[in-house]
Amino acid sequence: MLSTLNGLFIAAVLAGTPLLLGALGEILTEKSGNTNLGVEGMMFMGAITGLAGSYYYEQASGSPNGVISALIALAVSFAAGVLGALIYSFLTISLRANQNVTGLTLTIFGTGFGNFFGEYIGQKAGGYVAVGDSTKNAFSSIHIPLLSDIPVLGPLLFQYNWMVYFAIAIAIAMTWFFNRSRVGLNLRSVGEDPATADAAGIDVRKYKYAATLIGGGICGIGGMYMSMVTTSGVWVHGCVSGYGWLAVALVIFATWSPARGMLVALVFGGLTIMRMYVSITGLPAQIYDMLPYVATILVLVITSMRQSKEHAQPKSCGTNYFREER
Amino acid sequence: MNQKRVKEPLFRMVKRDAIAPKKAWGIRGVAFLLSLVAGGLLILTLGHNPVSVYKSMVVGAWGTSTVRYETIKIAIPLLITAIGISFAFKMKFWNIGAEGQILVGAVAAGAFGLFTAHIFPKLPLVILMMAAGMMAGGLYGLLPAVCKARWGTNETLFTLMLNYIALAFVKYLMNGPWKAEGSSFPKIGMLVQGARLTKVFGVHWGWILALVLVVVSFIYFNKTKQGYEISIVGESNETARYAGISVGRVFTRTMFLSGALCGLVGMLQFAGADYTITEGTAGGVGFTAITVAWLAKMNPYGMLVVAVFIAMLERGANTIQTNFKIPASAADLLIGIILFFMLGCEFFVNFKLISKGKEEQHA
Repeated sequence: MLSTLNGLFIAAVLAGTPLLLGALGEILTEKSGNTNLGVEGMMFMGAITGLAGSYYYEQASGSPNGVISALIALAVSFAAGVLGALIYSFLTISLRANQNVTGLTLTIFGTGFGNFFGEYIGQKAGGYVAVGDSTKNAFSSIHIPLLSDIPVLGPLLFQYNWMVYFAIAIAIAMTWFFNRSRVGLNLRSVGEDPATADAAGIDVRKYKYAATLIGGGICGIGGMYMSMVTTSGVWVHGCVSGYGWLAVALVIFATWSPARGMLVALVFGGLTIMRMYVSITGLPAQIYDMLPYVATILVLVITSMRQSKEHAQPKSCGTNYFREER
Repeated sequence: MNQKRVKEPLFRMVKRDAIAPKKAWGIRGVAFLLSLVAGGLLILTLGHNPVSVYKSMVVGAWGTSTVRYETIKIAIPLLITAIGISFAFKMKFWNIGAEGQILVGAVAAGAFGLFTAHIFPKLPLVILMMAAGMMAGGLYGLLPAVCKARWGTNETLFTLMLNYIALAFVKYLMNGPWKAEGSSFPKIGMLVQGARLTKVFGVHWGWILALVLVVVSFIYFNKTKQGYEISIVGESNETARYAGISVGRVFTRTMFLSGALCGLVGMLQFAGADYTITEGTAGGVGFTAITVAWLAKMNPYGMLVVAVFIAMLERGANTIQTNFKIPASAADLLIGIILFFMLGCEFFVNFKLISKGKEEQHA
């Protein structure tokens, strides 16, 4: 029983990490007053580019180094997410297009982007794209001397792949950033009331661009996790499918707090893989698969029933800011 | 930061008061061409000749009567779904759950088509399937609308999550209760020959229904009280409330219609195109239809044109996959690029840029 619980916890952390990264990226974006529904698309873009980056690096160098390969994947997937967010930002911030539709388009575009290049690179590689062992090892669980060897706690806390710790570090850094730093507070004021922020001398456009681009980059990294860790370095057609949208939902459940994001990501990560650990007799697998989505709807409805001002979406989300139309 | 503002920006923008429709369409036309150029550049970097790839797409979609029927078969669900979605989008209700509504519509139609075909003659059976599909899709769309009307629940995520639930349900039916007899792998049986929709000029009659719906929805949006209420709610919920319109009622009524049209698509796909239900019955139509509705600015006649165009791209993408070994996902990529350009160009329809140093000219 206990070992099942431990196994479930570890699997939940592993499954929750891409959700956390996607949610963190979207939280940063929404804090600037932009609702970017393109998380799924940006994750797809990060997933294929990260994988391709490592793959081509391995092809180019005779004896690939796992750490360099992982860093390339990180940098490239971040850049791909930024690129997706740049299209979104340019259209919504500079050209004032509708945020919802632009985000949905980014999802369509990014999904096509991921699947298209996944298949295309696969064709060139003679069937499918897969990274070599050195890169795979770089994304497998790490071993910290002493800490990883602690009985029970070691495997539970100190034996994940580096991206898990990376995601947690971003969540903690963002919590500090939003609450303690001047730039973070400025950003929040932009998201709540851009006109007031503008009057106070804050460059609204610059803040919106910066937050949306970096947020998109973090989503891209979350996508890279899907292709490098979840599918262990092999391109699977439609591999992100649904995770980007769950990440958008997590933003609401986390009530726009990165710290709480870690908790809800763990819970939803657990819901997505629970079927493998806890069997319920008589419940068909496909019905069990509905669990995270049904839970999402239930939480959505319940949170909407008791709205609180403190834990609400940044007020200007969804509307573009035109200084001229104040 | 304020000190820096002294520098005059490179461009200033001025809102246009009015723009001649001709000029507006000119701008949109240029944007459309530019999007094709951008797609062409992508094809070029892959090492193919863009002109021959585009040409092969067009020929692949219209070249022979067989592919022409295929193209129209793709256009029918796109068009009806786009009309369905535009009901919701017109009131700024972001229904991205068309995929799920299509699937439950197909399942409800399948419940009659697969299991009562030996009881009913064709005409009542088809009517039953239609009614069941529309009712199921409508109710599936109603659920998020009721929650939105009552508690303001986020409809984007709600409708989206319903997609995954419907998909899981179809997979459940494929693996369990509806699994075709004697099949070793999970699939649902086929609709019997006698119950399939009649073909008119080579394609099932769904195309006639789609054309009728274009006209009916245009009248509904522009000439009826309910259509007017939808546009007011879309403009502003507060204005609508002030005018004595019950926003919640408009939400629920309109979303039922929106879902019902998507459910109808599910029925048509089941009884007219696939004759069975799979995970691919909706096949991304629900998302592509959003593009169709938006590109056409929610105008049903425009949607007809755009749906046929997108159907051409999708059908043509299959051809370039065989001819040039370019993956068929290229269609999604190209659709995304086109929509990005069309979204961006609206700015130049509504605003004009005045470059630095030019004389101030108030429009």
